[in-house]
Parts: sequence; structure tokens; C-alpha cells
Amino acid sequence: MIPLSYYLVLSGILFACGVLGFLIKRNIITIFMSIELMLNGVNLSFVAFAAHWHALSGQVFVFFVMVVAAAEAAVGLAIIIAVYRTRETLNVDQVNLLKL
Amino acid sequence: MTPQTLSPLLCTIPLLPLAGAAINGFLGRRSSKQAVTAVALVFCGAAFCMALFVAANFSSASAPYSYSLAHWLRSGTFSVDFDFYLDQLSLVMLLVVTGVGFLIHIYSVGYMWEDESFYRFMSYLNLFMFFMLTLVLAKNYLVMFIGWEGVGLASYLLIGFWFTKDSAAAAGKKAFIVNRIGDFGFLIALFLMIQNFNSLDFTTVFAAVQTHSVETAGAGLLTAIGLLLMVGAAGKSAQIPLYVWLPDAMEGPTPVSALIHAATMVTAGVYMVARSHMIFERAPMALMVVAIIGTLTALFAATIGIAQTDIKKVLAYSTVSQLGYMFMACGVGAFSAGVFHLMTHAFFKGLLFLAAGSVIHGVGGEQDMRKMGGLRVYMPWTFLTMTVATFAIAGFPPLAGFFSKDEILWEAYSSPYGSWVYWLLGVTTAFITSFYMFRLWFLTFFGDYRGAAAAHDETHGAASAHPTHDKDDHGHGHGEPHESPWVMLGPLIILAILSFVGGWVGIGGRFEHFLAPVFQSGATAELAHETAGETAGSGTETLLMLISVGAAILGLFLAWSLYFRRPQLPARIAASLGGLYQTVVHKYYVDEIYAALFVKPLIDGSTTILWHGVDQGVIDAAVNESAHAAREVSDSARHMQSGNLRSYAGWVAAGGAVVIAYMVWMGVR
Repeated sequence: MIPLSYYLVLSGILFACGVLGFLIKRNIITIFMSIELMLNGVNLSFVAFAAHWHALSGQVFVFFVMVVAAAEAAVGLAIIIAVYRTRETLNVDQVNLLKL
Repeated sequence: MTPQTLSPLLCTIPLLPLAGAAINGFLGRRSSKQAVTAVALVFCGAAFCMALFVAANFSSASAPYSYSLAHWLRSGTFSVDFDFYLDQLSLVMLLVVTGVGFLIHIYSVGYMWEDESFYRFMSYLNLFMFFMLTLVLAKNYLVMFIGWEGVGLASYLLIGFWFTKDSAAAAGKKAFIVNRIGDFGFLIALFLMIQNFNSLDFTTVFAAVQTHSVETAGAGLLTAIGLLLMVGAAGKSAQIPLYVWLPDAMEGPTPVSALIHAATMVTAGVYMVARSHMIFERAPMALMVVAIIGTLTALFAATIGIAQTDIKKVLAYSTVSQLGYMFMACGVGAFSAGVFHLMTHAFFKGLLFLAAGSVIHGVGGEQDMRKMGGLRVYMPWTFLTMTVATFAIAGFPPLAGFFSKDEILWEAYSSPYGSWVYWLLGVTTAFITSFYMFRLWFLTFFGDYRGAAAAHDETHGAASAHPTHDKDDHGHGHGEPHESPWVMLGPLIILAILSFVGGWVGIGGRFEHFLAPVFQSGATAELAHETAGETAGSGTETLLMLISVGAAILGLFLAWSLYFRRPQLPARIAASLGGLYQTVVHKYYVDEIYAALFVKPLIDGSTTILWHGVDQGVIDAAVNESAHAAREVSDSARHMQSGNLRSYAGWVAAGGAVVIAYMVWMGVR
């Protein structure tokens, strides 16, 4: 049996990759994917704990997160398409109309 | 009439003028002058009628009456209530205040009729009556203090009645500020009473005082209280060193000078000292201070009065001087003589001011006596009443001033606290008083009218430009002096009768016996002395009386020879006296000395230390510096908020990393 710590380390690496991608990348789609990566990193730790403690609630919670992530993907992609149509770019540094 | 039915009237007497003041003050602007007059006179007259009613039903057997209107302060065992009190002393004050006050109200209707703020004037007068009646009817020092401060307020409002004139506004402020100095002493005395007697009620305080022995050996608590009360009295009653406000207060309309600054308010200090006689009798040193201040003030102010040319200023210094007499009487323990002089003085000095107002009114606002003269032809009634008042104040028998002044001089000489020094200075003052009053009388009413040519040019030339001409001006052009209307002459005549017969109540010591129950505690010593004095000293008393009458006649003769027979002489004498005369004309430079000693250092200190130093340097600087510091900090912190989404995310991630690192570290530990 694979120990719990392996799962958690993998989960931490996934989350850190997400954060790093979110901070470094300029393309909105990549940023969006980084957010999904962070969510899934957290999901992994949820299911790992659920399996370790034999508690179902962690797995149920993962479904909630997936649902929210799906909804977020739908709304986020729609916004990205709208942004691209008006600005002709996906570079976040150029989407700065509200900046003073 | 039983005390139970009479007592409730006590609180209604002050409240009536208050109602009049409120009605006129709030509604007077929109109502007609007739309506304002009716309200003012009805409420003031009602107070007078009730005072008469109370006096008629007053019986010495059931006196003192007291009435508690409401609770005020309750703090532990200490309490102060709105209590009213009537004994023989407050009855005398009540009658004087309402009677003279009512007459002056009537007079004011005629005098102030042309003024555009007529309603305001009448409202203030009624307000003054309210506070003055509160003062004399109070049963404890705190209610008395309400009246005390209130009359000061009314005085301030009325001195500065023509507030568009700089000198009037400044005089009002001066009166108020000088009075504050006195009130400070009064307040400290009240605090001492609260601390030591746990009460401000007259009855309780005096009962507590009676347990103290007479402080002959040295100064103690009662001496301190007495001296502090005297500081208050000196402020309100214009005694040395706080008298300087009263002559300036003549900037107010003349009825105000008559009512507040001659007849009633300025005598409040005398009333207060007489009311506190229990304290003073047990503090001989305080009593001596009162006598010395009174005597010096009487003499000092009288000498200034000699050289004044403004008719109202002469009367103002005369008032200060006469108040000095009253304090001299109180200071030698003859409180009833002081109150007696207070009453007769209210009659003849009120009359003098009203008559002077009539003269000023008649000659078109001129106050300089050098521009009057010969007015007895033009205004016979004013002349007649003024004559009575002048003879009364000079102390000619059988007019009012003679009896009261003679009583004071006799007490000053013969009382156990008295001395021949007081008497000598008193008689000298009586001589000077007689001189300057007859000087005023001759200058104003005799000789030829000296204002005609000048007034002719001025009224048709530059009437308003002339500095003295707009003082009491009512806007109507003046060619020739004229007699005042009957609404003004009526009060003059009534007061003249009172000035004539007012002293007769003192014949045979009747006034003193009437007041005896109030001043009872000291009366034991005084009565014993009096019986001895009357048998042994009746010859001396007659002699002293003749001397004081002689002084009055000498003053008359001197004034007559200088200002009637040889009118050129005074100028020559003044020129030959040179510097001395100039010193007296400039009132001994007291105002200048005060300005250099107190006012200028105060203003300079306030400007450099308090304004530039503390206010701008510390308070303003602290506020400004903290605002500046906040801006500096914000200015550097503002760069965090760049608007760059990823930098925010970076901060969030960094913060999260710090939190996680902390928790991991805590968990490891």
C-alpha cells in the first residue's frame, strides 16, 4: 500500500505547479489551466485523506469541487472568448482597462 | 395673612418679568411698539403690585417667609433647591427693585421710543428685573449666584445695547470681564462653604457660622470666606480695585445707567455683604477690609468726579463713591445704615440719572456739560426734580440723603469697629460730593445756554460725524432744548418725592429697628452700644451732624462761587494746578495702569505663548504632523496596490506560504 505521505507530496507538488503557473504565465488559458491544476491538487489530498480515514465525506467533497470547477470552466471560457473578441489578445498584461 | 398663603407669591414675583421678557423677546419684533410697551409695563407693574401686596401683608412676627419651588441638586447629603426667602432685608430690596424698576420702565418707554430695537430694550429690562429679583429673594447662595450672574448678563446686554458702536461693545465686554474677576472670588467663597458647612442655604450656613468663635486672633476660615465674598462684592458694586467698569458702562442708554448702574444691580454687592453679616461679624479683619475699601473708594471716586465734563461720567463716579459709603457702613458693622443708604441712594441716584437722561434727550444727545447751561428755563420740571436730587445727594436736611449719610458717618465714628479716620474721610467725601454735584447743577441749569450756536452748526452740518453727538441721539434734529414728554417726567416727579421724603423712615432709628431681626446676632452688641451712645453721645452726634451739613453747604458755596459767580475761574485754577489737574482728568491713569499691568501682558502672553507657542506649536503641529505622517506611510504603502492582478496573486501566495510555514513550524515544535 502506498503511504499517505506520497499522495500528499504529489498533491503539494501539483498545487505548487498551479500557483507557479498562475503567477508566471501570461496567457489567460494557461492561467485558467493552472487554477484547475490547483483545484485538482487539493482534490487529490481530499481523496487520499478519505481513503486513509475511511471517511466518505472527503470523496463527496471532491464531487462538489468538480461541479464547481466545471461551472467555473463554463463561465471562465465564455469570458475568455468575450475578451478575445474585443481585445484580440489573451495576454493578461494587456487586459488592463480598469487599471488607473 | 398666614405664611402659607403669602409664601407661594415669592416665586411668582421674579417669574412675572421673566414672562414679559420672553414674550417681548420672542414676539416683540413683529408686534407694535404699543403692544411691547403694554407687555413690558404690565408684567413689571404686576411684580411691583405683588411686592406691595406682600409688603402690606408682611408681619415681622411670622417673618422670615420661605418657599421651596423645586429640587435642584442632590448629591449625597449635600443639596441645593430653588428656595425663595423673604425677611425684612429682602423686603426692602424687593420694594426698591420693583418700585424704582417700574418707574424706570415707564421712563424708558418715552426715552427709547424712537429706537428701532425698542422691543429688545424692553425685553432686556424685564430680563434684568427677573434676575435681580431672583438675587434678592434667594434663600441660598447658589440661587443668589444665578441672579448675580444673570444681572451681569443683563448689564452686559444693555451696556452694549447699541452694539454697532465700538465703544459700547467694548464697554460691555469690560464690564463683563471685570465682573468675572469678582465672581471668581464669590465662587471660591461658595466652595469653601460647601466644603466646611456642607450647605449653601442661608439658614444652615449662618447656624453653622454661629458655632464658630469670633476670629480676633488671626485670619481663619470665616475671614477667608468674608474676604472672598468682598472680592465678589467689589466686582459687582464697583469698588477699588474693580470699579473701572462702571464709568465705561455709561455707554449704555441712560435708563440702563439709572436702573442697573445706579439704583439696583450695583447695590447687589452691598446686599450680599449685609446678607452675609453673620460671617463678617465673626471676621473682624474682613470687616475692616470692607470698611477700608469702602472709605477709600468713596474718597477716590469723588475726587475723579470733580474733573469730569461728561454729565453721566460725573454721576457714574458719584455712584462709585456712594457705594463706597455703603461699604463703609457695612465695614463698621452698621449694616442697616448701609442698606438705608442703599435705599435712599436708589431714589436720588436713579432720579439724577433719569433727569440727566431728560437733559440729554432735551439737548439732542449732548452729554458734555460745557455745552449745556441755562437749561432751567427750557426744562423747568427736569430742573426742579434734579434740584431735589442734588440737594438730597449732597446731604441737605430734610432730604433723603441727609438721614442715611448722617447715619453712616455717625456709625463710622461711634461704632465699635469705627474710627474717627473713617469719619474724617467720609466728611471730606461728603464735601467733595456736594461740590461736584452742585458743579454739575450750575453748569447744566444756570448761566447761558452754551450749546445753541454749536448745536446749530452741528445739527445742520455734520450731525452724525460729531463724536459726542450721536451718543443718545434719537435722530430728531435739535435747534433749541425742549422739555421731555410726560411719560418721562412722571417717574422723575415720583422719584423726586421719594428722594425728598424717603429718608424720613429713618428718623428715630425706625428703619434700623425694622431691620433689627435680620441683623439680630450683632444687634446685641450694637444695641448695648447704642443705648450708651445715645445718652452719652447725643451731643457728639449733633456736632458731627452739624459738621457734615456744614461740609455740604461749603461744597455748595464753593461750586456757586466757582461756576456761577465767576465761571472763568475754574479754568485758571485748573491751569495753575497743571499736572495734578491732568492726573484727575485722566482718572489717575488707572485704566492706563491696568492696561499696562494686566491687559497688555495678558494679550502679549496669550499671543506669543498660548497662540503661537501652544496652539500653533503644539496642538496644531501635532494634528498636522500626524496627518503628514499618515500620508507618508500611505504613500509608500500605496505602491503595493499596482492594479496588476498577478502581483496581487503573488502577495496572496506569499502570505499563504508564510502562514503554512508558520503552522508547519508550530506543528514540528
